[in-house]
Amino acid sequence: MKIAVSATGQNKESLLDRRFGRCDYFLVFDTVTDDFKVIGNLGVASGQGAGIAAASQLIDENVSIIITGNLGPNAYELVEKAEMKAYSCEEIPVFGAIERFHKNQLPEINAAGNAHHGMK
Amino acid sequence: MKVAILSGKGGTGKTTVSTNLAMTLGVSYVDCDVEEPNGFIFLNPSIQKCEDVFAEYPIIDREKCELCGACAKVCQFHALAKAGKEIVAFEKLCHDCGACKLVCKTGAIAYTKRSIGKLESGSVKDVNCYRGILNVGEPMAVPVIRRLLGNLPEEDHFIDCPPGTSCNVESALKYATAAILVTEPSEFGLHDLKMAVELVKLFKIPYGIIINKDDEKENIVKSYCRENKILLYGTVPYSMEAAAFYSKGMMLCDDEFHKRIFDQLANKIKEAFAW
Repeated sequence: MKIAVSATGQNKESLLDRRFGRCDYFLVFDTVTDDFKVIGNLGVASGQGAGIAAASQLIDENVSIIITGNLGPNAYELVEKAEMKAYSCEEIPVFGAIERFHKNQLPEINAAGNAHHGMK
Repeated sequence: MKVAILSGKGGTGKTTVSTNLAMTLGVSYVDCDVEEPNGFIFLNPSIQKCEDVFAEYPIIDREKCELCGACAKVCQFHALAKAGKEIVAFEKLCHDCGACKLVCKTGAIAYTKRSIGKLESGSVKDVNCYRGILNVGEPMAVPVIRRLLGNLPEEDHFIDCPPGTSCNVESALKYATAAILVTEPSEFGLHDLKMAVELVKLFKIPYGIIINKDDEKENIVKSYCRENKILLYGTVPYSMEAAAFYSKGMMLCDDEFHKRIFDQLANKIKEAFAW
């Protein structure tokens, strides 16, 4: 299973970025190999459709779990259709977010937030 | 001649200048600030014609689609995405470029259209008035601007542009044969004016500046015009009275004092554009 966390930096100590479409990086953890890789978010430089670009990238990476702040309506639609699950987390170090996920302490994102409101 | 009125900074008086010049010179007025067209509030023309503006977007035939994802990969606007067993189309993001249809090997993509805004035209005191209106919630103004300006009859026009120097302004300038930059003597006004000047220069059309809300002293915009040898057509003085007329939706040129100011500006512009 692959878990993607939206992040402000490129290592496990970096803070989680609550913005999904406009975060700088995704840290993708593979629970089988217990390893992670960093992917630059293509959405961050998109003139439009940042959430779509970000979600498409994670779909291509075969991610099944997303940990972020909120998902906008377009990203939410893709995540739902691709049968991924998304969880909401505060701005804490990425490794902490993963731990909380494994302890079932993160609420699942069951609805889309407002468009263009990643910070809220 | 098609004279674009632009500013860089918003709220400097593009609509005030263009509506009052249109009435003073008897030249048609075109409001292409389609996201918030407000010129008709002041001109109050009787509307004679109204038509929808359409944008095309792709629909996917799920019978024919093999989920190769080529359409989503080629789309530069993220209007298509592959998710699970589906290609999802986000119609509002589509720029109608046709790339997805070109790359689809199974012919699963067709285009259909939807209304994204409308065009209105009418007249007031023999001055023709046109405007485009983008529907609320639609993100793309350019197709409405293009449709509005591409279909204007051959006559002289003042084109009231959107603020800023975005592609909305650029798409309006494509149709202009001259430009008037309206600014105010503030740091912010000058900063954005410089950007607007850079943009207008690319089009190689004659242009000049009008200072609105002028302090009637030596100021940063006047010295900028002098230093850069840019023609200053004139100024509209700062006054509470003008703001009060504006807030009531009244035309400044209906007031005796302001009528003289716009007469002077009109003469300068007629001279500059050899009207």
